[in-house]
Amino acid sequence: MTETTTTLMAYDEALVRFEPVLGIETHVELGTASKMFCGCPTVFGGAPNTQVCPVCLGLPGALPVANAQAIESTIRIGLALNCSIAEWCRFARKNYFYPDMPKNFQISQYDEPLCFDGYLDVEVDGKVHRVGIERVHLEEDTGKSTHMGGATGRIHGADYSIVDYNRAGIPLVEIVTKPIEGTDSLAPEVAKAYATELRELMRALGVSDVRMEEGSMRCDVNVSLMPRGSSEWGTRTETKNVNSLRSVERSVRHEIERQAAVLAAGGRIVQETRHFHEDTGATTSGRSKEEAQDYRYFPEPDLVPIAPARSFVEELKATLPELPSVKRARLMAEWSVSALDMEAMYNADAVDLVEATVAAGAPAADARKWWMGELARRANESGTALAELAITPAQVARVTELVASGALNDKLARQVFEGVLAGEGSPDEVVAARGLQIVNDEGELSAIIDQVIADNADAADKVRNGKVAAVGALVGGVMKASRGKADAGRARELLLEKLGVTG
Amino acid sequence: MSLTQKSAAELGRLIASGETSAVEVAQAHLDRITSVEGKVKAFLHVDAETTLAQARAVDERRAAGEELGPLAGVPIAHKDVFTTVDMPTTAGSRILENWRPPYDATITRRLREAGLVFLGKTNLDEFAMGSSTENSAYGPTHNPWDLTRIAGGSSGGSAAAVAAFEAPLSTGTDTGGSIRQPAAVTGIVGMKPTYGGSSRYGLIAFASSLDTPGPFARNVLDAALLHEAFSGHDPYDSTSIEAPVPPVAEAARQGDVAGLRIGVIKEFSGEGYQPGVMARFRETVELLESLGAKVVELSCPSFTYALPAYYLIAPSEVSSNLARFDAMRYGLRVGDDGTRSAEEVMALTRAAGFGPEVKRRIMLGTYALSSGYYDAYYGQAQKVRTLIARDFEAAFHQVDVLISPTTPTTAFPIGERADDPMAMYLADLCTIPTNLAGNAAISIPCGLADEDDLPVGLQIIAPVLGDDRCYRVGAAVERALHDRWGGDLLSKAPAL
Repeated sequence: MTETTTTLMAYDEALVRFEPVLGIETHVELGTASKMFCGCPTVFGGAPNTQVCPVCLGLPGALPVANAQAIESTIRIGLALNCSIAEWCRFARKNYFYPDMPKNFQISQYDEPLCFDGYLDVEVDGKVHRVGIERVHLEEDTGKSTHMGGATGRIHGADYSIVDYNRAGIPLVEIVTKPIEGTDSLAPEVAKAYATELRELMRALGVSDVRMEEGSMRCDVNVSLMPRGSSEWGTRTETKNVNSLRSVERSVRHEIERQAAVLAAGGRIVQETRHFHEDTGATTSGRSKEEAQDYRYFPEPDLVPIAPARSFVEELKATLPELPSVKRARLMAEWSVSALDMEAMYNADAVDLVEATVAAGAPAADARKWWMGELARRANESGTALAELAITPAQVARVTELVASGALNDKLARQVFEGVLAGEGSPDEVVAARGLQIVNDEGELSAIIDQVIADNADAADKVRNGKVAAVGALVGGVMKASRGKADAGRARELLLEKLGVTG
Repeated sequence: MSLTQKSAAELGRLIASGETSAVEVAQAHLDRITSVEGKVKAFLHVDAETTLAQARAVDERRAAGEELGPLAGVPIAHKDVFTTVDMPTTAGSRILENWRPPYDATITRRLREAGLVFLGKTNLDEFAMGSSTENSAYGPTHNPWDLTRIAGGSSGGSAAAVAAFEAPLSTGTDTGGSIRQPAAVTGIVGMKPTYGGSSRYGLIAFASSLDTPGPFARNVLDAALLHEAFSGHDPYDSTSIEAPVPPVAEAARQGDVAGLRIGVIKEFSGEGYQPGVMARFRETVELLESLGAKVVELSCPSFTYALPAYYLIAPSEVSSNLARFDAMRYGLRVGDDGTRSAEEVMALTRAAGFGPEVKRRIMLGTYALSSGYYDAYYGQAQKVRTLIARDFEAAFHQVDVLISPTTPTTAFPIGERADDPMAMYLADLCTIPTNLAGNAAISIPCGLADEDDLPVGLQIIAPVLGDDRCYRVGAAVERALHDRWGGDLLSKAPAL
């Protein structure tokens, strides 16, 4: 699909003239063992159409039975988002025809969501934005269509389409914000911060693996602009299935720039869905929503109403885990790190690893240094997630312990990490196998130092004559001669002693 | 008396005692089917080999010493709307022609486990929408009493099979009267259990909030035995009730109305009610009084609105339930020639695969649920539903059961109402309120109308989970009438 070249207005200028209003709908696939309305497994990546049964294929006669675990997870999400929990609500059928929807209706919720009226606080540049939550409801996912042939991968122009129903019926929670106003030029950052915070929240609750790249969390981002001084919202567009945090930010920025240009030129915004393109950072027009779809919602007659007991809701509330914002504040204090460092750790998915390493006995600064430094570098090199590296927080803690005790220095520690990651065993096994122990034998060290002094007479003389700084070169020589295994501090002490200089 | 003339209870006893075998009984019924089916056309699918194999398996289980239920070895026919792994399931529609389900409905599975032998699948109005089986894509079933007349519907095939002695038992479904009305017009017993008392899992949905599977038999006790055999909570049906099955067989054996308070619903009489139907009904009321029941007349004013409410709720659910028949995964596929889009193939398939009544209801329901019309139609109809339930509630404060004619008229000639949907819909006037409220009701034969010598049905309505009351009253009336007639009503039917 081609679109005439899109005109954009520079972001700063757009913000001078217009004020953005956002709305974000997020779909989160719950990590329940079985699907929403049947017993089929939910694991990602199975061979197509192997995780299906009469119910999730919508065969004639099959009936849904609601997954109690999914309802519980949704209530927990609602509680974590400060929502009210419905005392009585129903599933509803959303009717529309599409080949990847086996029954040609989706079991969802309509005017009776399970959770409603909450908020989530997100922080951008040290300022807290309260994002209102309109509703949190439960529904079933559709199958996955793949359109073959054709240039765009979309249904139009495709030769044929194939459908995998493994995903059909996986429980999906939809979290809808209230309109987000007053973000001003920070709109893209607030959108990203909201999605990030939501993802952290889902992780903390343990309800989903929230892997945006696998589609287990996806955002539909609504953007509209209103002229400065106006209080009437403009027409919105909805950018569908944005599947990375960075893309959430970029899509908002792009829509602001695009809509501003259209409006400034006297045009009007078409209410439509749009697609975001990772490669160009641009959105293109999808389906027009001006002819509103009539989904003919009505209460699902095959399911009984959900009426969670208040005592049950209270129990879930009492057993919620520490929420990410609270945890972040606590860790910043405990670890004495700045907000910026903390954010970097979150962005690197290192917080839980650092925390576990600290729990295993490592000082916070050391744990953070290794995970954010050497280990992050290696993860990056091998293209794996930090948590997927073949090393445990306990092993990292052990390395920091060895360094603290003087048995290793940082350079040796890096070699230990290399060995552990290469599958050579535990840190202690790698140290033993590679012979990475620091030279602590004073006699051996003394002999090496004597040799280095002899080999570097000039530098030795400078030190003898009071130019203590020149000892650095000699220490380097000792480290080199010991192949890194000498304790540099002790070597320096001994050198100065032998050269008659007292520290 | 030939094996096909015997009751299900008697057949069960004979097989259990070894006086006959399941295979002999099955063969006798298959022979009867061969001899009369050309006239009655009750079945869509009969497969002697599968039936005899099932019968042999039951005989083997018995020989191996396995303890089997009272209906083990007894043949049964199933309305072709329950899924069966060993027989096709069409719902009377072209769109499912030759469809072989990969799974058994809960009801067929339970009956299989109880050792019942499946004779085949019976004819019905397409997707159970109709009152005459004339909406079947495979042609109408004929009433064994008069082959030019309808056997009722939608479960007309199941009723006719039992009335024609092709099967001692059959299953049906009742959404607005689809068991009771065919039972009434063919002179047999048909029961609509309490909604949620019999599982809908594997029942191809018509209107989910109304559909209720139930039994057909030639006498009250047989119906109760079948009712017990397939009932009980089903975890695969969320609307299935978690309560013990009412003691229906015990009630059918008891058959006693002394001291019982019985209400006659005033709204179910007057214009449109055939005089011969009303005459038999009034005689039955007198009979009940003579048996010691206290009969009062009472009013259920909201019942007047039951028919319009039903024809909003049922089609609304139809429009959604039948959306899945789209040629993508199973069933008919039309127009897939490589040039058409999925959407076009869906539309062409549905245009070719659904009959006119099904299309009419899909359109009605689509309209009733549309944005802007929902409150006026679907929403309003749901309120009527609540009012009807309240009328029942108030009535059951005064009486133990309610009675009425099952249908306003006896069986009408095939073709008479085919082009007049409103006239057709009136056949369910007396049965619909029970579906809207979810309570239990039975139809039992109460005589022949003077005008046409065709069967008249008595409807006995009980509160939710009061299914046993239907059987208790039904059995009492049945016994008294058998005494009066010197046998059952079907013995008066002309030979086929």
